[in-house]
Amino acid sequence: MEPHTIIARRIARELSPGMLVNLGIGIPTRVANFLPPGMHVFFQSENGLIGTGSVPEEGMAHPTLTDAAGHPVMALPGASIFDSAMSFGLIRGGHLDLTVLGGLQVDQSGRLANWTIPNKIVPGMGGAMDLVSGAKRVIVAMQHVAKGASKIVKKCTLPITSTRPVDLAVTELGVIAFRDGRATLLETGPGISTAQVVAATNAELVLPSTILEMPV
Amino acid sequence: MQTIPLDQSVRMIPDGASLMIGGFLGVGTPERVIDEIVRQNKRHLTVIANDTATVNKGIGKLIRAKLVRKAIVSHIGLNAETQRQMMAGELEVELVPQGTLIERIRAGGYGLGGILTQTGIGTPVEAGKQRVEVGGKPYLLEIALRADFALVQAFIADYLGNLGYALTARNFNPVIAMAAETVIASADNIVPVGVISPDHVVTPAPIVDYLVANA
Repeated sequence: MEPHTIIARRIARELSPGMLVNLGIGIPTRVANFLPPGMHVFFQSENGLIGTGSVPEEGMAHPTLTDAAGHPVMALPGASIFDSAMSFGLIRGGHLDLTVLGGLQVDQSGRLANWTIPNKIVPGMGGAMDLVSGAKRVIVAMQHVAKGASKIVKKCTLPITSTRPVDLAVTELGVIAFRDGRATLLETGPGISTAQVVAATNAELVLPSTILEMPV
Repeated sequence: MQTIPLDQSVRMIPDGASLMIGGFLGVGTPERVIDEIVRQNKRHLTVIANDTATVNKGIGKLIRAKLVRKAIVSHIGLNAETQRQMMAGELEVELVPQGTLIERIRAGGYGLGGILTQTGIGTPVEAGKQRVEVGGKPYLLEIALRADFALVQAFIADYLGNLGYALTARNFNPVIAMAAETVIASADNIVPVGVISPDHVVTPAPIVDYLVANA
């Protein structure tokens, strides 16, 4: 299974019926593809839409119905539209059950860096800081290692997105929970040993007596 | 409210003006007004908006024509020209978290001096800002934003200037309409008074100063 597929499938298991969920660009967007058939979840796009659907068929796109990446989407039955002030009121105000975002680094205390590499990539934070500060639950979806370096680190060297720790990081190698300032390995990726995760991780991992294999 | 031809609407904007412009990656941006600003070569503008769209769309056209002195936005990741001008020191960019940006604008339009938010605490966004503790929790004081002009794009306007919006083209538009000295609205559809049901008016007519006539 592709790393991105493993990550998206695993995170899809964190969703339950009726939740309000925001999916970021990249791997997070793919989480929607792996919902159990018939499960109804409200997906929010921060440009002002609840009920974000999939990509419309050729010729059916509307120039004023887009996701937060500016791409055409469909609106599902029961969708709603609102302005940006309400959109971020939903995000900061404790109404958003879950946000799933990409990450550049997550440190062992759960702090996420995902919005800039100073002097290299300066895209702006968009909605990321509000999402991480405000959502009830935050899950980071990312590959475990980039260019040979662990993305799970002792302390973020990149500017952080929020001081609020994320709840979970899901990589193709494992599921790591952040509680009380510590990183705990809950699950390993398909066919991956605990020793392999530890070897690929440049941070202290708490290893409980039982570590399950990811149910994907 | 006054209906006004496109060229006259832009003629009111002096060089150096601050503009709030609706749109999210160009969706819900008054494209005709943007094109006319470029044609009339209005310079040294301050733009307050969600983003600078892409190089050939919406606010991206103002950036490409080098008409913008300062941009207060949340995201420039899809516009390489904005990033290039920023890195080269030709364009000042103030990056603001999206939820903070829209609330600063809302505060400006609703008669508030600013807002308190936890977003940005302990990050580079906090630099130079005051922390305020409420109920034992720390917040950042983020000050209100206003502008000389709001350039609003609506889906539907009536002859009085009541506005309604379509789908995700709503975004910043109704919020900026409250926060500028002069509000210039354009609409895909201009219709007689009464066509828009009162329940479907999002921006009430007295807020709108000028409605740009359609071609």
